[in-house]
Amino acid sequence: MTSTEWLIWVRGPGLQLSLGIFILGMTYRIMQTYFLGRAKNLAEPRGSQWLHGMKTIWWRSFFHPGMTIRGYFTIISGYTFHLGFIITLLFLDQHIELFRSWTGLSWPALPPIVITITAVLGIAALVAVLVDRFADPVRYLLSDYQDYLCWVLTVLPLVTGLLLVYKMWLPYTSLLVVHIISFEILLVAIPFTKLSHVFTIFIARWYNGAIAGYKGVQS
Amino acid sequence: MTKAKTLIEHLEQQGISRRGFLKFCALTTSMMALPPSMAPGVARALETARRPSLIWLSFQECTGCTESLTRSHSPTLENIIFNYLSLDYHHTLQAASGEAAEQARETAMKENHGQYLVAVDGSIPVKDGGVYSTIAGISNLEMLQQTVEGAAAVVAIGTCAAFGGLPRAHPNPTGAVPVQELVRDKPVVNVSGCPPIPVVISGVLAHYLTFGRIPDLDDYGRPLSFFGTSIHDRCYRRPYYNKGLFAETFDDEGARKGWCLYKLGCKGPTTYNACATVKWNQGTSFPIQAGHGCFGCSEPDFWDAGGFYQPLSAGIGSVGGVAAVAVAAGAGAGIAAGLAQQSQRKHAQLQHEKVTVADLKESES
Amino acid sequence: MSVSLERGIQTLKEHIDAPVASFFTTCVHCGMCADACLFYTETKDPKYTPIYKLKPLRRLWHQEYTFWGKLAAKLGFSKPLTAEELKEWEPLVYDSCTMCGRCSMTCPVGNDIVYMIRKMREGMVAAGFAPEGLKSATERAITIGSPMGVKFPALKNQIKHVEADIGLKIPVDVRGAEYMALLSSMEIMNFPEYIGAIAKIFDQADIRWTLASDAFEATNSGIQIGSSDLAAELVERVVAAAERLKVNYVISPECGHAYTALRWEGPNLIGRPYPFKVIHILELLDQLRSQDKLPVTGKIKERLTFHDPCQIVRRGGVIEEPRRLLEMVAEDFAEMEDHGIMNWCCGGGGGVSTNERAATLKLTAFNRKRHQLEALGVNTLVTVCANCRITLEEGLEFNNMDVAVLGLAETLAEHLAEQSPAPTTTQTH
Repeated sequence: MTSTEWLIWVRGPGLQLSLGIFILGMTYRIMQTYFLGRAKNLAEPRGSQWLHGMKTIWWRSFFHPGMTIRGYFTIISGYTFHLGFIITLLFLDQHIELFRSWTGLSWPALPPIVITITAVLGIAALVAVLVDRFADPVRYLLSDYQDYLCWVLTVLPLVTGLLLVYKMWLPYTSLLVVHIISFEILLVAIPFTKLSHVFTIFIARWYNGAIAGYKGVQS
Repeated sequence: MTKAKTLIEHLEQQGISRRGFLKFCALTTSMMALPPSMAPGVARALETARRPSLIWLSFQECTGCTESLTRSHSPTLENIIFNYLSLDYHHTLQAASGEAAEQARETAMKENHGQYLVAVDGSIPVKDGGVYSTIAGISNLEMLQQTVEGAAAVVAIGTCAAFGGLPRAHPNPTGAVPVQELVRDKPVVNVSGCPPIPVVISGVLAHYLTFGRIPDLDDYGRPLSFFGTSIHDRCYRRPYYNKGLFAETFDDEGARKGWCLYKLGCKGPTTYNACATVKWNQGTSFPIQAGHGCFGCSEPDFWDAGGFYQPLSAGIGSVGGVAAVAVAAGAGAGIAAGLAQQSQRKHAQLQHEKVTVADLKESES
Repeated sequence: MSVSLERGIQTLKEHIDAPVASFFTTCVHCGMCADACLFYTETKDPKYTPIYKLKPLRRLWHQEYTFWGKLAAKLGFSKPLTAEELKEWEPLVYDSCTMCGRCSMTCPVGNDIVYMIRKMREGMVAAGFAPEGLKSATERAITIGSPMGVKFPALKNQIKHVEADIGLKIPVDVRGAEYMALLSSMEIMNFPEYIGAIAKIFDQADIRWTLASDAFEATNSGIQIGSSDLAAELVERVVAAAERLKVNYVISPECGHAYTALRWEGPNLIGRPYPFKVIHILELLDQLRSQDKLPVTGKIKERLTFHDPCQIVRRGGVIEEPRRLLEMVAEDFAEMEDHGIMNWCCGGGGGVSTNERAATLKLTAFNRKRHQLEALGVNTLVTVCANCRITLEEGLEFNNMDVAVLGLAETLAEHLAEQSPAPTTTQTH
């Protein structure tokens, strides 16, 4: 197959397939979790589950001083790679065009130089967390193959995107194919790995908030 | 047909000065990405070159490539070098018709066996024995095979001949294929483009006449010197791309200011051709300069590579149906799996055996 | 049937619900929960990372509830849980977790880790892997009525002393009383002042209350060892007594897990809502305060701080009440850096103090509290949980620290202003 044929495939059937698997897998995962259900709480409530659940979804996104005493490394690197990835994904013109081709919606983009910075910072933070995953005994103990796999899947779109913008390594067309494929593999992997936290985080946080909120505690 | 005349003699006959000829050689040399010191060599080679025979086969094509070459701008040096070749068969241009025309082709093949050049425009239909396009009762496929047999090299002119082009676009009803899929044992040069830039053709021919071989080619069999860089890389609007300044419509402020046409579907980044440097109509302009994005016409499958006005990063085809099916299937399967697991849990709870003090005692060591 | 791995796994399956599935699905192995756990912060041993303590449960969930996990198990890529694995995890699940729930507050993806530890213990008990100390305490609670083996005659004896001390009658088995008070055996044996304190306060506030001779024990070892069956049996005794005496309220004493057991788990354990309400002593005292029925006189001059018992504050929701009450009698009340719902556990909750095997680890974990107290530089510490109190006293003594530990109710009782009884209106809540 020529690189043009590859490009047509990854932009067409490849994208449909990966998006389909992603949506199917994620819907499956969310529905399966929700319909597993839980027992009704018979104790007299002190607070609203719903409200506290929603509040926890929101407030858990922010750092509060009680969260860690180990230092700011986890916090800073964590925020940096998440924000770097999300901003790069959502605010590059070319990416917005992709979302527009799916949904008809578009929004203002950030200048390419800003996206370059967010992508570079994102990659740097990802490298830092990977090093830390080996260096920190806690994270090393918790890690399994999936953590490393997910790391690779997350960093690849950023790296290939950056190479693409700066025209390094491969001809543009081939690199664009590699870049889109890296994104598609990431899409397919999300529902089946810990990366599904991008959606299930809302369920987990809600339950956390609801369980504590039932007792009148804002978690 | 006179074969004794050299090119320079021919040019003199046409009233082209030696100065004009050398200018052409210098231009051709630079276009072929040869060092400037090669220009005299090119000139010498062309001065002494003998008129080779050229057989031009037109298959599933629109004659646009021929139009582009012959009517581009006249009189030109490209045109003249083209005229210099002994064009022994070209059924659009030749005077002869019918059996006489075919006779000319066969004669040229016989007389110049092993030496003549074949130019092809148009793709070749191979489905159902190639019945979808015939000339003088001979299928394109058969004519190509016959003609190529004694050729020194083949030049596939235009995207149809080089990559299949429009006839090969989905669903390709005639089973159209490009020349390179049928010709494996001869050198094939792809001069793609819809149509190709005239000077590229003359450049390739000049190279052949000068060095007696075809130029260096890229992965798609195109001369590297013309197809080595993308439109995007040589585009004068590139600084706007780098700054993220894009025209959103063809008549907005960005369009008037000459901003990048990426969002309007420009395929410049994935298209390799010399348009942005050589330009068209005697270097007057090229599509992007005229305010329209590049179609990517010199690339394989350009007809099937999404809409012409769809940005390169957009998906091809709709995802709405896929998404709807995925949501429905995912939700259905997910709810079923969740409920099944819930009933498993409830079943386990029903079968629960009460933990008693006896159990604690039993496990005491 | 006897305890076994199969029974343990079966029990764990009974407890894997939507929250558990969502938590395991969402965990990104960031390790931030380690920083929330005093067993990790004081030892720096990575195995004390809270989520790691749940590894067997996570494995079970992965193998039984996820597509790839099921597939991998079928193809033999992942081994099923073994008894050895559960045995290896027993000290992690029991000795190094006080179920304080601090990790659940800090997990960035929102995992309620302690919710899962509670469930994990259910499976551990059914599989026969629980610490000896907790097992024997639970046995005593079921067979004798109290984890410390305290029977009613012993309480009666203490009541006699208290009555002599304060000159008030302690009501026992009074039908139709408004409130039924519960005690923890720790209070009966070590801090009987509590009985006198509430008697004095209730007398002054004109509260009709009673103790029950057959259900005075509030603690629930079943909750600590993690057996809902045994915990339910203990809760049933309280419910039966409350129903027999027809009380409107049952007062949970200054004991952390008793509140969790009675207030939050109880109705779920017995499978029906209570016909009465459970109120924590601090909630009741705070009500009295707001109704001006808790007049106090004199304030403690020296600087003091408050230790939040996890099960009452973070996991119980009684957060501001103790602070408002303390402000009444303390002139210089200073908060520790992490307090309220972000407090640090004393190190003895969740059955750790009952588990002799964990004694050394418990003292190591106490260093967290020691640092907090040292940073604040106080010599008085008030708390509202008998188990915290014992653990704190042990830790302070071990570290030769001169810090007095007080119960809040007693402290209030000591400062109670003698006055003519408040207007005798019926209590409204």
